Amino acid sequence: MTKNKEIMAPEEIVKYFKDEFKTKIKDSRIEKRTTGINKTPFVNIWLKVDKSIFKRSIKHLMNIQFPHLAVVSGNDLDKIIELIYHFSLYFGKRNAEIYLNIAVELPKSNPTIETISDLIPGAVITEREKQEMLGVIIKGIPDNRRVFISDDFPKGVYPWRKDETGPEKMVRNLHEVMKK
Amino acid sequence: MKATTKTTYQIPVGPIHPALKEPVMFEFEISGEKIVDVDVQLGHVHRSVEWAGMRRNPIQILYLAERICGICSFCHPIAFARAIENAADIEVPERAQYLRVIQGELERICSHMLWAGVAAHEIGFDSVLFLTWQMREKALDLTEFLTGNRVTKAITMIGGVRRDITKDMLPTINEALTYLKDNFEKLRHIFLDDKTVKMRSQGCGVLTYDDAMKLCAVGPTTRASGVKKDVRLDQAYLTYPDLDFDYVTPDVLTGEVNGDVYDRIIVRLLEVKQSIDLIEQCIDKMPAGEIISEPKIPKLLATLKKARGEGIGVHEAPRGEVIHYVKLDGEHENPYTWKVRAPTYNNILAWIPMLLGEQIADIPIVAASTDPCMSCTNRVAVVHNNKRYILDAEKLHQLSIEKTRRIMI
Repeated sequence: MTKNKEIMAPEEIVKYFKDEFKTKIKDSRIEKRTTGINKTPFVNIWLKVDKSIFKRSIKHLMNIQFPHLAVVSGNDLDKIIELIYHFSLYFGKRNAEIYLNIAVELPKSNPTIETISDLIPGAVITEREKQEMLGVIIKGIPDNRRVFISDDFPKGVYPWRKDETGPEKMVRNLHEVMKK
Repeated sequence: MKATTKTTYQIPVGPIHPALKEPVMFEFEISGEKIVDVDVQLGHVHRSVEWAGMRRNPIQILYLAERICGICSFCHPIAFARAIENAADIEVPERAQYLRVIQGELERICSHMLWAGVAAHEIGFDSVLFLTWQMREKALDLTEFLTGNRVTKAITMIGGVRRDITKDMLPTINEALTYLKDNFEKLRHIFLDDKTVKMRSQGCGVLTYDDAMKLCAVGPTTRASGVKKDVRLDQAYLTYPDLDFDYVTPDVLTGEVNGDVYDRIIVRLLEVKQSIDLIEQCIDKMPAGEIISEPKIPKLLATLKKARGEGIGVHEAPRGEVIHYVKLDGEHENPYTWKVRAPTYNNILAWIPMLLGEQIADIPIVAASTDPCMSCTNRVAVVHNNKRYILDAEKLHQLSIEKTRRIMI
């Protein structure tokens, strides 16, 4: 397990990614907030990476330190599905933690993305959840089963989708669901 | 007929599991008494809270978030409120932040004591269960005194809190804290020095440092394995950076980290002490001032409707890091996306290395040692030589008690 050698500033982390992937980093934002009497800062970094370099960017991140993956969240944005991987860096040192949120956009016509569970084994459950809730396909996931939704829930309905593949129709006609 | 060569058999435990009465399903592959493989199945109490939330406005979600978990009824609303405050750039008054810390730490005391009682019950130590829960009652009384409720506190608001602590309330608070401090020593002695507790918990359910990191475990579960991860200390939020405290890992007490059940007991117990101390610090340092940035709810909702952005809210719940993600689109009153991640979500995978190689009688205490929070069935079905028989929770509990007796002799 890699232990952190030195702590990089938020700007350095963004530069670290931009130097490696150039224009493939589509967007970056550093959000700094302070709290308490001493105005202690806390930093959130938001990065948007191109799908083609997604896996490489996670590997690149792991060269800094073995990160803590908090969760993967996702948005249905009409034509695309956006997945956001929330990582935590530099925990274990007082007020040094940086949250790194890496977003990647997948076209709804082909919503596939590589698994990161070979790098971070703890990612399996959250990746399984994204498959059933958002209908994305995680390539190479070691465990393909559903996690929260029961096995008799219809295929092709994804609870967090906002289009016709969402559960709206089912919810409106619950009596029909019961009959099956 | 050909004889089968399979030497292992399967026992499903659940969906109500034997430790805390909540639904999760384990499928154990057993060889003799030893567990050789574990599979965990979830989802028995998935209530589509996130889906329901995306159809409600942020104020309504506060109440929904509070009902995600009975024990963490402060953690979820505070994580959600922080996510909204980050997304919509809402400043929170200093005094409100202190009041939030007091509520958060009080909840930690209640939760850890509840767990300590259950853990004692699991190994057949029921007198300790009554002792810890008697102490917990005092902490619950204090919660009721401060918020008006024992469980669902309804104290969090976006931009602050609902109720202040006034000068005339201080004597009651001090009396409760003194009671907890005086009795803590007794509890510490029972859990940390008792021979039976040590025998059942040392070297059992081990989670190594590497596994805790790789599986992204959180809270006391990961700290007991030596990973210093505590949101209160890692990042500056609420007023934690102004308070004096440090990471609790088992080496603070024993000088070494084993990552076993005993270490998880140490971490939780010491955190009870730490929380009492933090509440006292807050009461001393709390500045005067407002407790909410915008008391008029319609005005607040109008601001939130116009707000556009995304934010995450993180809080150290009694079981570990809880994180909420919110996206506001600036057009609708309801958030566009709301994602909730409770701490047990990340601690589930950590059960597998903990349980491998342990005995059936250790299932309750190992499973309980991560303090899982989901909701569990009252029976265990055992399939052995194609014959199926049912072990209920009482029987499994009995096995656990018998093991305690056996090793005491």
